[in-house]
Amino acid sequence: MSLTAAIRSRDVSALPSRRDEGWRWSELASVVRSAPPLAGTITVAPGGGPFAEVKADEERVFANGQGDASPLVVEAGRTVKLRFVTRADAAASLSAVSILVKAGGSLTLLESYEGEGEAYVADAALDIRLEDGARMERIVVAEDAETAVSVSTAQVTLAPGADYAQAVFATGARRQRIETRIQHPGAGAALRMDGVYLVGQRRHADLTTAVVHAGVDGTTSQMIKGVAAGHGRGVFQGLIRVEHGADRTDARMRHDALLLSDTAEVDAKPELEIFADDVSCAHGNTVGALDDAALFYARQRGLPLHEARVLLTEAFVGAVVERIAHPGAREVVAALVPRRLEGLTC
Amino acid sequence: MLSIENLHVTVAEKAIIRGLTLNLPAGEVHAIMGPNGAGKSTLSYTLAGRDGYEVTEGSATLDGKDLLSLNASERAAAGVFLSFQYPLEIPGVPALTFVRAALNAQRKSKGEPEINAPDFLKRAREVAGSLKMDFEMLRRGLNVGFSGGEKKRMEIFQMAMLQPRLAILDETDSGLDIDALKIVAEGVNALRGPDRSMLVITHYQRLLDYIRPDRVHVLAGGRIVASGGPELALELEREGYDRYSKAAA
Ligand SMILES: Nc1ncnc2c1ncn2[C@@H]1O[C@H](COP(=O)(O)OP(=O)(O)OP(=O)(O)O)[C@@H](O)[C@H]1O
Ligand SMILES: [Mg+2]
Repeated sequence: MSLTAAIRSRDVSALPSRRDEGWRWSELASVVRSAPPLAGTITVAPGGGPFAEVKADEERVFANGQGDASPLVVEAGRTVKLRFVTRADAAASLSAVSILVKAGGSLTLLESYEGEGEAYVADAALDIRLEDGARMERIVVAEDAETAVSVSTAQVTLAPGADYAQAVFATGARRQRIETRIQHPGAGAALRMDGVYLVGQRRHADLTTAVVHAGVDGTTSQMIKGVAAGHGRGVFQGLIRVEHGADRTDARMRHDALLLSDTAEVDAKPELEIFADDVSCAHGNTVGALDDAALFYARQRGLPLHEARVLLTEAFVGAVVERIAHPGAREVVAALVPRRLEGLTC
Repeated sequence: MLSIENLHVTVAEKAIIRGLTLNLPAGEVHAIMGPNGAGKSTLSYTLAGRDGYEVTEGSATLDGKDLLSLNASERAAAGVFLSFQYPLEIPGVPALTFVRAALNAQRKSKGEPEINAPDFLKRAREVAGSLKMDFEMLRRGLNVGFSGGEKKRMEIFQMAMLQPRLAILDETDSGLDIDALKIVAEGVNALRGPDRSMLVITHYQRLLDYIRPDRVHVLAGGRIVASGGPELALELEREGYDRYSKAAA
């Protein structure tokens, strides 16, 4: 049961618990013990958020869940900011939006989760459809309060020849989960599905993705990088399923995580389920510490330990940042990463 | 300048350096030669402050300052530079970014302001030019995909940028072709000066034709077993280490 449904029905008994396979590392039942009231109305000035400096054609704001919920329909080339702003204590902010990129259209979506307050519960649901040959790049920056529970779920449906790319940057919360489920028709459609989580303190970030390749000739490329410090916990669950007959699928998944402290934790479940014969699929998964030899090398040149760690960690995450196509968004994220790492690597 | 007295170093519970004494006066270049496994790299790493190299006895001072009580970053800031026998690859960090961060960190530790970007680039271009390096290489991930010789040249580039007080060159000549050897040697010679000392570790007399050492030491079995002038290198080339290995045992 979704958070939104549970809160609206004021019955949290069916929220995912440790026993639900897809939620065992990020269960909600123990962190949302009763249904919070809906958060009150707030006014959010336009033009803020992490993408403030990037030019866009349109900005949509959901302020404590309230905003223009009409479908976002894109026919030509557009850059749209989608801001989910929550400023609430012990209250819920529930948002839902649908996006349609029409045949031949192209959308850059600059999506931000901007949370402030104590123990709020935020849930966002996105329904994204790309028609034949449509293109979309989605860049998500999720910054929630340390005591928040924040879930975002995107259901993405691609048509033949569509080109969809996303890059998610998550810094965690008490529970923060960004889930993307993609229906991939094959047929020349291309998918890039990247992400970074940077978690310190007692923060928890969960990047969950599931892709179903239903037809021939589809590609998926996934690069997830995680950094966990302090008592932070990172979760990656990635599933790529190649259906029977989805031949000539090319799917690559990588998840690499750095543990910067003994008390940090990373849980990863990369899965390829392949039912077709003629496919090219690979996945890789590593969890480890910073390379001591590289650290020594940097220190030998004069970098203090802390700076050396930041430099190497930034470089590690940088591989994902470089894959962002939109120059403005890439710059925003490239600037954001070292600021967040600064706090993590102390 | 550098003064090492009766140094004992243990790595992974194995005694590698066993009573090494060496004095390197300011402005001099000393060569260290010795058989494989003698402890030459161990000495370099120990002086540079790598974790896991445990000094169990003895001392090492630079200009009278106790090196062994400083961590690796502090030693670098005090002027210790090690050209690695096997330089590391650092994906995602361009050489320029790396060297600039290192230079600024060293300046900061001395209370000096950061170098400004145009000055830094100008110097980097000059140094790269003198070492006949393609400047574009400095914009790629440090050493990533570089050949062995290119990596060694990158080490000398960094040394020239950082202007250390004490340079330890651990087999900088291995992996260099004949032309590169000359270029690198010229780069090293250009850095010789009354305020800078160098320890040049090598297996080959050839390098010492280009970088004329003031003294040559033989390191065997974890200590200096013979010292002499440049002619000692020629003798070693002719006769090998046999008699020294026996002396060390
Ligand atoms: N981490 C380690 N664990 C165990 N033994 C080590 C370690 N590092 C070095 N040694 C040992 O210490 C000895 C000295 O090694 P070192 O690398 O200093 O030799 P070297 O004189 O530089 O040799 P080369 O000429 O081959 O470069 C060798 O016997 C080596 O096996
Ligand atoms: Mg060696």
